Amino acid sequence: MTEVPNMVPALPEIFVAGVGMALLMLGVFQKVSDSAQEIRTSRLISRLGMVTLVLAMVLVAAVAGSTMVTFGGMFISDPFAVFFKVLILMASTLTLVISQDYMERQNISRFEYVILIIFATLGMMLMVSANNLLSLYLGLEMQSLSLYVIASFNRDDERSTEAGLKYFVLGAVASGMLLYGISLVYGFSGTTDFKTLGALFADSQVSPPSIGLIIGIIFVLSGLSFKVSAVPFHMWTPDVYEGAPTPVTAFFSVGPKIAAIALFARVMVGPFGDLVEHWQQIIILISIASMLVGAFAAINQTNIKRMMAYSSIGHVGYALTGLVVANEAGVRGIMIYMAIYLFMNIGAFACILTMRRGDRMVENISDLSGMSKSHPMVAAALAIFMFSMAGLPPLAGFFSKLYIFLAVIESKFYGLALIAVLSSVISAFYYLRIVKVVYFDEQGDPLDKPINSILGFVIAGCAVIIVLFFALPNVIVDSASIAAFTLFER
Amino acid sequence: MFEVGLSHYLVVAAIIFSLGIFGIFMNRKNVIIILMSVELMLLAVNINLVAFSAEHGDLVGQIFSLFVLTVAAAEASIGLAILVVFFRNRGSIAVEDVNIMKG
Repeated sequence: MTEVPNMVPALPEIFVAGVGMALLMLGVFQKVSDSAQEIRTSRLISRLGMVTLVLAMVLVAAVAGSTMVTFGGMFISDPFAVFFKVLILMASTLTLVISQDYMERQNISRFEYVILIIFATLGMMLMVSANNLLSLYLGLEMQSLSLYVIASFNRDDERSTEAGLKYFVLGAVASGMLLYGISLVYGFSGTTDFKTLGALFADSQVSPPSIGLIIGIIFVLSGLSFKVSAVPFHMWTPDVYEGAPTPVTAFFSVGPKIAAIALFARVMVGPFGDLVEHWQQIIILISIASMLVGAFAAINQTNIKRMMAYSSIGHVGYALTGLVVANEAGVRGIMIYMAIYLFMNIGAFACILTMRRGDRMVENISDLSGMSKSHPMVAAALAIFMFSMAGLPPLAGFFSKLYIFLAVIESKFYGLALIAVLSSVISAFYYLRIVKVVYFDEQGDPLDKPINSILGFVIAGCAVIIVLFFALPNVIVDSASIAAFTLFER
Repeated sequence: MFEVGLSHYLVVAAIIFSLGIFGIFMNRKNVIIILMSVELMLLAVNINLVAFSAEHGDLVGQIFSLFVLTVAAAEASIGLAILVVFFRNRGSIAVEDVNIMKG
């Protein structure tokens, strides 16, 4: 007689999975004979989806507090996972909030979008809770398969389908590499369990790991760097960000990225933590390359979504410097960075979503000219987000970089810290250029007014969080400290 | 008598895996070939997993390979679906026609 596993740690995931399927059924059995009914169905499912995600957040908070392992060691719920799950659920909820209006205007308002977002969210929650290479792989695939579809969600648009195709092909290659790495790690260590792997490598100073194992770890590392879009595995990012519908791009730039960074940190400091000298050099290289590509390649962009893609590559580079040091301060820096990055990016993309002219979306940076006259509030918020991404004090973006750079300097990686600061200065150029276009360029044809009020709320909320972070940093910093501490507990 | 051991399986898997990678990056013709190459990569992984599983006398590898098979099927179906909508828009599935966005 086998024991029934303890379901409590996985309650949020079980809830999201169940409700996701129920919503799918609800949507399928709605009567849809004309576009008005289609919009009504998608609105209904979208609202229910938001409620589901918020309830899932409550459930996550309810199971928070202690470290629980269940399903034969496959699944772990610790403060680290809880922190990232809350971020992921916020990202998905905000994405649903800013999507509806855009989807209706583009005539692609279908309820499947919400279902796919919910299942992608479920995949991400499983990723950050993975405690075994098998559950890591399944979570990652669940996320990726849903994302391939939403990238090409505007199925009558050439650019959107091309984005989906590119994302799919390169994503499948990355999954293949990750899997090959996993098979080697399994073969040369005999286990896929994170805890057993960690214990196995704990005495690696005595017996050095085999070459097959190191190759396996490198394959795993490259698969994961693809998922976080770090250089040299970033080539899909600009195309997919440009082609995908704008709310989907907003989602790509926060949700999957946060989840993949969390997974990256867990895999590297958990099972492979004692092999740090074998992978540290690679992460240093990846993070420097990402920062530089993010800083230089964005300068020439004319499309704002493409520019945001390079900007996100750069941000991943900064976050990965926190992984280089592989200690508590570094991981805490990553967590704070991703939390602030979430609000900056959602806010910036909400501003991009307001860019319409003659009821058509425009996405060139030059289209923003004179926005300060026609939309003073949105322009001010956009300036706040850009200043924050550039890292100007006292905005939140400055503190997120501060915590990471401090951790890097304390561990005596002075060269890395110097490059990080320099590339941050270079990237300030293109962030400030947007502010210049908004405030000082001559006004072209004005953008449409009024903007959608829900978008306005999201922009205002994100801007307030970014501006007032310095007043109450402890909300994020304290929980990040606790979470980082538990990740290093053995 | 010639013995087939673990290393032979690993070499075969490595060859198939590299065939898959080369198939993706050298191929200039057809996106379907890319999908086939992706399948090749995943099958190489399965050979690896089953070989290691037999070597260790541990079932995890074989169970893992069953999961990989399932996910590969889902992945192929989604890939083909995306390819179909792409073909509807462009009227072509040649790799060189996947080029609206560049830079």
